[in-house]
Amino acid sequence: MAGSVATSQTILVVGGGIAGMTAALEAAECGKEVVLIEKSPTLGGRTTLLYRYFPKMCHPICGLEINLRRLKGNRRVRVLTLAEPVAVSGTRGDYTAQIRLAPRYVNDNCTACGECARAVTAEIPNPFDYNLGRIKAAYLPHAMAYPQRYVLDPSIIGSEDADRAKAACRYGAVDLDMKEETVELKVGAVVWATGWQPYDAARIQPYGYGRLRNVVTSVEFERLADPRGPTGGRILRPSDGREAKNVAFIQCAGSRDENHLRHCSRVCCMASLKQTQYVHEAWGEEARSTVYYIDIRAIDRFEDFYRRVQADPTVSFVKSKVARIEEDRASGDVILHGVDTEGYHRYAARHDLAVLAIGMEPALRAVEVPPDLPFDASGFIEAGAGGMFGAGCAAAPLDVNRAVQSATAAALRAIQVVNKTADVETI
Amino acid sequence: MSGERYRNSFLREVEHNVEEGHWVKMCMQCGVCSGSCPFGPHWAHPPQELFMMIRAGKREEVLGSDAMWMCTSCYNCVVRCPRKLPITHIMHGLANYAHRLGLAPKNQPTRQFAKMFWDNLSKTGRVNELKLSLGLYFKDGFKQGIRNALAMKDIGLGMLKAKRLNPLELVKPHACKGAKDIHAILAKAKEIEDRRKGLSA
Repeated sequence: MAGSVATSQTILVVGGGIAGMTAALEAAECGKEVVLIEKSPTLGGRTTLLYRYFPKMCHPICGLEINLRRLKGNRRVRVLTLAEPVAVSGTRGDYTAQIRLAPRYVNDNCTACGECARAVTAEIPNPFDYNLGRIKAAYLPHAMAYPQRYVLDPSIIGSEDADRAKAACRYGAVDLDMKEETVELKVGAVVWATGWQPYDAARIQPYGYGRLRNVVTSVEFERLADPRGPTGGRILRPSDGREAKNVAFIQCAGSRDENHLRHCSRVCCMASLKQTQYVHEAWGEEARSTVYYIDIRAIDRFEDFYRRVQADPTVSFVKSKVARIEEDRASGDVILHGVDTEGYHRYAARHDLAVLAIGMEPALRAVEVPPDLPFDASGFIEAGAGGMFGAGCAAAPLDVNRAVQSATAAALRAIQVVNKTADVETI
Repeated sequence: MSGERYRNSFLREVEHNVEEGHWVKMCMQCGVCSGSCPFGPHWAHPPQELFMMIRAGKREEVLGSDAMWMCTSCYNCVVRCPRKLPITHIMHGLANYAHRLGLAPKNQPTRQFAKMFWDNLSKTGRVNELKLSLGLYFKDGFKQGIRNALAMKDIGLGMLKAKRLNPLELVKPHACKGAKDIHAILAKAKEIEDRRKGLSA
């Protein structure tokens, strides 16, 4: 399938989120051959799961659309979805990557008409809603999915549902005989844009995530606010579907904590400040947001945004890391316990919903990589002497804007590596 | 070298003289310790506040406080502290230091008991449980002591029957074979500790 496209002058970009797409496009627009691999069925990554960006409160689909247009207009980027690296070996200028391609069970005849989804009865938790809602087991990941093709969930393969999907397709796009395969790529440089994942909130025992119904993570809250999310954009709490008007935001949930993540995840302060505005927007003057924080880290020009939120009468701030959350069983309300730092007052504060501003941890898992890819103590990729580079949140906890900058820098370094390789080959 | 030298900077004094005191500067004032403490509502100053008071140089208020004496060593704060401060140990370190300087509150019950226990133990090398409990019963006066003893008499008689309580211990306490050696060891330990903490013997 893709075995022949790559040479040692090709750049491999691992991860098709905002950083990976950017790195691939920047390199391709400089005339380099790029293979972009993404483990999920669509490009876009976690960016597409955000409702809005800070500080301008604009929608991520806008930037995503621009990138997709660039991608469609560029023949030098080869995109492989459902593709994961298994192992990468070799040295600067000469790497060999083993890529495992998972079957999609839908070929490129697909027109995204949706007949297969209508035919299938089985439902799965929606991975593109952090499993909050459910979707059919034949699905289009989201409206902006690229490639714009349906996917059959492996759980229905061999069942009658799979046969129904095949029968429903008028274009012969459903191919139930697709098998997992492994391909080998020769590349000169690798950009790791493998992104981040939310820290496992259930491990922060005193906050009761997973035990208490109305404790959610910040990434889940994005989905609750998004009109394309499981609640159609209404901020409703999970226990009883009641409107969540009085929302607590708990900062440093997992971050800056020796028991969890040592690093500051950097985006969570801004993310919570942004989310207070979702609450305000949804309920107007009735909205109540309370941000519990150690210190607000709204870096450089974001200070303006922080000031604006401080001036918002529906938002209040409590300087305190919450010690524990308990649930009022009758009402499902959450009660936050702690002591504030401005006066050392003990509080027991009742809220409709608690949002944990969850920390970012690097998502790069057990892939065999050569030793010239160094990691820091938190597992983020550091600058090394080899031909492999971290981009975006694989390199540091970053917001979208800075992830894009990081990706452009990584693309430049990768270009330098393959240019050197080209020089050597012409001599 | 005396603690006096550092009086202008109480934080440095704590760092030098208090067990685990060098951790105090690592506190980021998040408040998890105070919020996690089961005795929290009963302290004059929760740990987070004590640490801030140390950094603010409030020497008399900190060392004269009964707050650190309230610590029950449950270690909830230690396991939850995002900076891994050994808060329990610092509390005991502060209490001990305040006691050594003679600044600890006189009638604080934890301190009274700790002192009674130590005096009892260090005399013979063994804890004389009979003397210790009688000492506790009578610490608030003779009348209250009789009342306490009567309230506990069933348990006392039961222990007597089960041979877990020997009244002769009151007159002739049994001691370690090497009680003298124990005294020497404790004296030496105190000398070393005093030197390290900058306290004159």
